[in-house]
Amino acid sequence: MQLEISERQIGSIIILDLRGKITIGDGSNKLRDTVNRLLEIGDREIILNFAETSYLDSSGIGELISRHTTTKNQGGHLKLLNLPKKIRDLLTVTKLLGVFETFDDEQAAIMSFGIIGVVPPQLH
Amino acid sequence: MNLAEKVVEITIASYLELIDVVTLSADHLSKLSDFDDEEQYRVNLAVRESVANAIEHGNKHDRKKTVEVCFTLTARFLKVVIRDHGAGFDPQALPDPLDPENLLNPAGRGILYMRSFMDEVDLIRHPDGGMQITMVKARNLTPTATPVVEGTQDATGN
Repeated sequence: MQLEISERQIGSIIILDLRGKITIGDGSNKLRDTVNRLLEIGDREIILNFAETSYLDSSGIGELISRHTTTKNQGGHLKLLNLPKKIRDLLTVTKLLGVFETFDDEQAAIMSFGIIGVVPPQLH
Repeated sequence: MNLAEKVVEITIASYLELIDVVTLSADHLSKLSDFDDEEQYRVNLAVRESVANAIEHGNKHDRKKTVEVCFTLTARFLKVVIRDHGAGFDPQALPDPLDPENLLNPAGRGILYMRSFMDEVDLIRHPDGGMQITMVKARNLTPTATPVVEGTQDATGN
């Protein structure tokens, strides 16, 4: 399944729900273009939700690193949510798990930005 | 060819969108090998990485150049041989992706994944040009039966 990306906004935080494969070619390009577009319009607090991501290859891993570096260089943060075991293993093998902030709980990921005024939708 | 062997040969032009043609065969042969879900995923990823490297870094997306893949399934192991027609490279000269200096390099992890996920991986310059990668994964029925990879074979296993 090709990568599909849907966006949610909570306060100043953008959550990208990723669905499908992030592999060399279309998947990696789509992730790059989406994150770059957010950065261009000033959205720099980004969570990538991998809950429905079935597959990542080394190109996808490379894209994560590139977007992480680009976001950080612009004063933002790119955080990873709900990493499946297979993808977590890929990051572990390449010693990259410590490079990213990762979360298994969406509220915890949101609150980690520490932005005043952000209220998770569950608390409304 | 040993009659007990199941051999699948695939030749693709250098299009990234054809990688799935090869990985679908890898998935099928992994199932025939009785690999569990985790092992099937690992074989799939190793094959994807090697074919992607052959197209991107070997053949440099030249659609006139092909990537040849030969799967051999025996009672003891699944072997995959992938060959491109590029300039070739020295595997020893590749930067170590685990070196802290290279950790944030976006590229260069494909071979590490192949080595991590398969039992044996051998990279050689093919005598007739291009690179050839041979990867072997032992079947669980006989875990000690992994063969020594013979680096002089071509993609057809000859």
